[in-house]
Amino acid sequence: MNALTRKALRDLWHMRTQALAIAWVIAGGVATLVMSQSTLESLDSTRAQFYQEGALADLWAPLKRAPDTLLPQLEAVPGVQAAQPRLLAAATLDVPGFGEPARSEVVSLPIRGGQPLLNRVHLTSGRLPDPDAEGEIVLGEAFAQSHRLRPGDSLHMILRGHARTVRIVGIGTSPEYVYQSPPGAVFPDFLRYAVLWMNRHAMEKALNMDGAFDNLAFRLLPGARQAAVAADVDALLARYGGVGAYGRHEQTSVRYLEEEMRQLRTMATLFPAIFLGVAAFLMHVVLMRLLGTQRDQVGVLKAFGYGNRTLAGHYLGMAAWIALGGALLGIALGAGLGRWLAHVYQEIYRFPFLTYRLSTRAVELGLGVSLAAASGGALMALRAAATLPPAEAMRAPAPTRFGPTLLERLGFQRWLSPAARIALRDLERRPGRALFTVVGLAMACAVMMVGRFQGDSVERMVDVQLSIAQTHDIEVSFVEPAPRRAVFELAALPGVREAEPLRSVPVRLVHGLRSYRTSIEGVPVGARLRRPIDARLRPVQPQGDGVLLTDYLQKMLDLKPGDRVEVQALEGHRRLREVPVAGFVHEYIGARGYMDLDALNRLLGDGDVVSGALLGVTPGAEPDVYARLDRRPWVAGVASRLASVRSFYATMGESLLVFTLVAALLGAVINFGVVYNAARISLSERGRELASLRVLGMTRGEVGALLLGQLGLLVAVSLPFGLAAGWLLCWLMALGFQSELFRVPVQLTTATYAFAALTVLGASAVSALLVYRRIARLDLVAVLKTRE
Amino acid sequence: MPPSPSPSPPAPVFRAHGLTKVYRMGEVEVHALRGVDLELFSGEFVVLLGPSGSGKSTLLNILGGLDAPTGGDVWYVDHRLTGADDRALTRFRREHVGFVFQFYNLIPSLTARENVAIVTELAEHPMPPEEALARVGLGDRMDHFPAQMSGGEQQRVAIARAIAKRPAVLLCDEPTGALDSATGVRVLEALEQVNAQLGTTTVVITHNAGIAAMAHRVLYLGDGRIVREERPPRRVPAKELSW
Repeated sequence: MNALTRKALRDLWHMRTQALAIAWVIAGGVATLVMSQSTLESLDSTRAQFYQEGALADLWAPLKRAPDTLLPQLEAVPGVQAAQPRLLAAATLDVPGFGEPARSEVVSLPIRGGQPLLNRVHLTSGRLPDPDAEGEIVLGEAFAQSHRLRPGDSLHMILRGHARTVRIVGIGTSPEYVYQSPPGAVFPDFLRYAVLWMNRHAMEKALNMDGAFDNLAFRLLPGARQAAVAADVDALLARYGGVGAYGRHEQTSVRYLEEEMRQLRTMATLFPAIFLGVAAFLMHVVLMRLLGTQRDQVGVLKAFGYGNRTLAGHYLGMAAWIALGGALLGIALGAGLGRWLAHVYQEIYRFPFLTYRLSTRAVELGLGVSLAAASGGALMALRAAATLPPAEAMRAPAPTRFGPTLLERLGFQRWLSPAARIALRDLERRPGRALFTVVGLAMACAVMMVGRFQGDSVERMVDVQLSIAQTHDIEVSFVEPAPRRAVFELAALPGVREAEPLRSVPVRLVHGLRSYRTSIEGVPVGARLRRPIDARLRPVQPQGDGVLLTDYLQKMLDLKPGDRVEVQALEGHRRLREVPVAGFVHEYIGARGYMDLDALNRLLGDGDVVSGALLGVTPGAEPDVYARLDRRPWVAGVASRLASVRSFYATMGESLLVFTLVAALLGAVINFGVVYNAARISLSERGRELASLRVLGMTRGEVGALLLGQLGLLVAVSLPFGLAAGWLLCWLMALGFQSELFRVPVQLTTATYAFAALTVLGASAVSALLVYRRIARLDLVAVLKTRE
Repeated sequence: MPPSPSPSPPAPVFRAHGLTKVYRMGEVEVHALRGVDLELFSGEFVVLLGPSGSGKSTLLNILGGLDAPTGGDVWYVDHRLTGADDRALTRFRREHVGFVFQFYNLIPSLTARENVAIVTELAEHPMPPEEALARVGLGDRMDHFPAQMSGGEQQRVAIARAIAKRPAVLLCDEPTGALDSATGVRVLEALEQVNAQLGTTTVVITHNAGIAAMAHRVLYLGDGRIVREERPPRRVPAKELSW
């Protein structure tokens, strides 16, 4: 080891706490980067593997009913490699000991047994149903786990009013249902929503669909144009009640997973950028200060013949050591966090396996960006070291010039104590440093707020949904559109307080060249249980013949009020009509249209029908109402509103909490790095000044207040900026996250602002305390004799 | 405290007995003081003279409550300084001691007036900063920052800062050490004037023998002991000094 390296290591050891503080900030950035990147890669490779092994379809085509004899024609569509006909149906499950009904989607398995060609079932235990045994099912793994159900257990199932007992023979999952949310919901509910597979033969009987299917999955030939195939398929299925074929990008599970990975990608850039920016700034300040105290050393070394390059390399080396330490720490932390995140993801996205892997790429990326940030921060110091002429380096720096601050020149002088003047003038002399300190602290505050953003926004979504938009207790969906009097029958059930008709029609909305597949909801006059709301969260009653659209569709379809949008109904008479856009409504989840129920029925020409009902139930009557609903064959499914929300919180609560804690910790790390380094540098620059004041009779507390007061001022100034930056960061994230699936509201609670502000103050206080201990150790004797 | 130009007033302000001080410098023990007995009287102007390493700074630091002796006893009037804790010593410095440093140690971000004010704000009955600065001949430089003043002027600000709280004792560690002769004389004049007008007991340590002539009493230190004590038969006014 040469002498210069030894000097670098000793200097590092001498400033170890400061170096460690910077290393931790770097570690925070690298940890978020490695966590997001490695989870992203793990998720990506797991997804690819599962989609491939499970033979995920390329195209789906729901329809009403088509005979199996149509299959050859479908298989002959150019671009189609394979077609898988099947039956999909909604059923209600009764789990022994679970007081509420559970909704389920039943998927048929090939009539001759064995795995389907596409969307295969990945069995985690048990076996596939025996083609000859009628009551055997494979139960979705998420639901099975939530209810601790195993092969051999039995369930009570109601399929189109036919009640039967089914036996679980296997537990499994499929690439089609990696993300499982009940229809109309945005969050998974593993207690109340299940996917299950059973023999097609058994389903045909219950659904009265002998030799017919109501859903198709396609595999396309490589290079086939999906849109062209979909058009051909739609044309073939038009007579059979086809509602439009769609590709993977419109398939719920695929889409949600894609969205999640997009969010993860945002996180993989946004957070590390903040951390490494702060780290670069800290590196800059610390190295500049180090160089300031080592001017004479640089001069001596230069006088002895050390070249600029060698000296620059010396200081760069110190930065690199710090970066390396931070990167290694960050990689270890990131790998741990990644493992945890992968675990969280597996709770929500039901992959049968999720092999978390810390890739070489993630490690390289972590090392690379941390070294880049450190050298970026060291750059100015390197230049200063290189440009310092040896002779000048040996002289002490010229005394610093100060002047009255702007505030004083404006006449506020007499209100400022000398201590306040010291603080203000010092800040004004180095405005750049003060600015960056404030920015760094603001970022720390912002990061902490982001940690609670997710929880806050979900709470907001749920709150708006529950208290304003949807106030029903039970949602009932019918097997097929029924006359409105069906609602009266439900209203008459004991325990039902009120009942409202519900009409939901799958449609394709077209405006110019843009189109979007969604549904239009019919809202009865005077609706109270489910109403669209406007941007000010006021309920809106659709009137006339116009359609109210979710505001997100305004952008997607390039619409403005008064425009006419083409509505193609995808069921019934499948009419194509132009409808005026009456206005836009505000929704967080999904994107759809609302019309007056009667106007919608007139538009569709299917008569005065409804597709379901919303019920308000007297407290305590729910189980009784469920039991009565179960007996009605035209009831396809029943969902309890509050129960799903509770279930969501149970699933997500823990991970939201961990996320908040991790973000708070990361924010505190930035905060500590900034405050501690600022205080240490202040102490080093002003140590003599402070020691003199101690000699002159100031107490430790007074001298401490002088040093830390200035920092306190910066912390105080940073707080409003931090809260604003936090909001802005959340807003940016929400902007990045928004899609037609959901828009995250940026509605941070007072608790979140308070949490961020208090954590900033707390972390600042801890760093201040550490520096205060050094004030107590100031060498009062040395100051009498030394000259800086 | 009444002005008392008499060279030997009866009541000692400081009493030290058998002071020893041993520093550990790595593995070497340095005996800075090897048994010093000393009395300083109210209104006295005392010069501590000695080569570097003779222990004069150590003695000054112990008298000023900045350092604790290894052995022996120090009293300030009726306060025992030996064994006092940091809080008590801070209070002692705050209430009774004025310090003047070799390198002035002014706060660069405060003007002359503010440098004085930051100390007077701590004191019970200070003189206004303006008066203190006028006493050292800086009445017209009050709003200048340290970087705008010469070394001599800065040192006079330091003296104004030290006397503004009306301390009983003024301890000066090589106050002219960083100054040329002419500037140094102006600083000494300021000290002389403060001592005469306010009766502040003044201790100046220096290795510059020329300064000794202005003292009531000169203590010669060597190798950690007071080796000689002298009372100049005639005090020479500071402005007549040169070196």
